[in-house]
Amino acid sequence: MAATVLDGATTPSVATDPIIEVENLTMRFRSKRSETVALDDVSLTVRAGEFVTIAGPSGCGKSTLLKLVAGLTPGFEGKVHLYGAPVTRPQRDIGFAFQRSALLEWRGVRKNILLQAEMRGMDRRLAQRRADHLIELTGLTGFEKALPHELSGGMQQRVALCRALLHEPRVLLMDEPFGALDALTREQMNVEMNRIWRETGTTVVLVTHSVPEAVYLGSRIVVMSPRPGRIVETLEPGLPDERDYGTTLRDPRFTRAAERIRGLLGATHTPE
Amino acid sequence: MTTTEDLRADSSDGPPTATARATAKDTAVPGRGRTSAWGQAVRLADASWRPLVVLGLLFAGWWFVAWRELVPAYLIPSPGAVLETMVSERAMLLEHTWVTTVETVLGFVIAAVVGVATAVLLVYSKTAEKSLYPLILFAQVIPKIAIAPILVVWFGFGLTPKIILAVLIAFFPVVVSAVAGLRSVDPELLEMSATMGASRWRTFVKIRFPGALPQLMSGLKVAVTLAVVGAVVGEFVGADRGLGFVLLLASGNLDAPLLFADLILMSLIGVVLFVLVELAEHLLIPWHASRRGSVVLAAS
Ligand SMILES: Nc1ncnc2c1ncn2[C@@H]1O[C@H](COP(=O)(O)OP(=O)(O)OP(=O)(O)O)[C@@H](O)[C@H]1O
Ligand SMILES: [Mg+2]
Repeated sequence: MAATVLDGATTPSVATDPIIEVENLTMRFRSKRSETVALDDVSLTVRAGEFVTIAGPSGCGKSTLLKLVAGLTPGFEGKVHLYGAPVTRPQRDIGFAFQRSALLEWRGVRKNILLQAEMRGMDRRLAQRRADHLIELTGLTGFEKALPHELSGGMQQRVALCRALLHEPRVLLMDEPFGALDALTREQMNVEMNRIWRETGTTVVLVTHSVPEAVYLGSRIVVMSPRPGRIVETLEPGLPDERDYGTTLRDPRFTRAAERIRGLLGATHTPE
Repeated sequence: MTTTEDLRADSSDGPPTATARATAKDTAVPGRGRTSAWGQAVRLADASWRPLVVLGLLFAGWWFVAWRELVPAYLIPSPGAVLETMVSERAMLLEHTWVTTVETVLGFVIAAVVGVATAVLLVYSKTAEKSLYPLILFAQVIPKIAIAPILVVWFGFGLTPKIILAVLIAFFPVVVSAVAGLRSVDPELLEMSATMGASRWRTFVKIRFPGALPQLMSGLKVAVTLAVVGAVVGEFVGADRGLGFVLLLASGNLDAPLLFADLILMSLIGVVLFVLVELAEHLLIPWHASRRGSVVLAAS
């Protein structure tokens, strides 16, 4: 453990390959009447095994950034590379958790999770075993057959999370995956997320409104400005990879980083 | 550096079990609210007694008018006389009912298949949409009943012109509802499908089509009642069989009881087919039906 702390503090991930490379990215949405600059000259590199959290006010282009990296939104200016190749079309070698859970209302929990496997033509048995494991992990046991409209918002988000994790993607893009959870469940999901990240070595980019969540989960925290979205600062608090609600929250590095981010986001925007 | 293996060794204890236990708080058996057969029967009874009372009152009024001979019997026969005709002529009436039912069902099925196929084409091809959709909308204003004589000239007195007329009338609501349903898909679902590397076909089968079913089914319910109209009108224009043909005969002979018996049978075909489509809807999209209840029964 001690070694990890030192490593984490002194040599932040340097030698690993860049997985996501975004350079001078600008995204404008044009409509007949107006033009919205959602992202303005954003540059960000995410390396293998990193957990990058993005915090920023509502409407600053966080969702847009994730969708651009996933290849879901065409028409940007600048460079977006994933796994070293330019992103020109929807990327399938990723897991994407949408801000609104995007569940199929006619499928039960388990079948919604297994959609990932069906669409990819994964081995059915393996997928089912993994789905059951994820259902247990996220506390959805007993709800396997429940339809989305029978679930709470938080439970729907957990289903979406399971679906994004089912195929063990190398890169996980998560758009406020825990936004609709109550504080307690959210903490549990944060602990779980941290563990999944450490165990699988997945590269994660997670968007959040919550400052504690950003610092608790991120090995690096990107803070964005209000629209047009720019990156105002990137923080690396140097916390050990293994987080723990008991100690991490009291760690001076945690509190300092949280303070700093709150300051950057402005006193008016500190939800939770 | 912190490799994955290090971390895995690090984290072999603690959090997972703790979390599993903690999140178990909401794992109580969820109230799925599965409606039992008895529950459904109760709902049906609850929903249908009011319309049945109204229907009963109408019959009573009809019976009263005929009994007091307020209107001559050759205009409005007594319910008894109608029933008598239905029984005595049951073989003949059954045969003609069967003919009209076959025409209606075939017309409806063809309209459904062609309509859905057309809708898929319109939704997936911009060119098809631009060139075909305005024409389909325009064709809807042509009074299709006026086409019936032409169809008889072309296809004679057999089943074909009736089926074609039923198709022409039932086609429009199918196309419109299917196009609306297929277009109503949440764009985020399509994006999600794209990140799964799904082919267009898989996306259609697993996301788009099931999502379009609720709207499509409402269109089909309208279509099935219109198909009856198409078949009967086809029979009016030129036929030697079917309820439409019998209706014309009865009208020529001023046979009011037969007229009324015939009319009741025509309505029955429509009602029965409508209920069948509604049943299919319950089977196909229980997730939808369970939330909004049945159209027929929800009115209460
Ligand atoms: N498809 C689109 N067409 C037009 N404008 C869009 C589109 N998508 C996003 N925008 C605009 O781009 C800006 C950024 O949107 P985005 O959804 O990325 O914000 P966000 O940071 O995710 O906000 P939130 O935290 O509320 O989810 C907004 O002003 C939004 O109106
Ligand atoms: Mg967003």
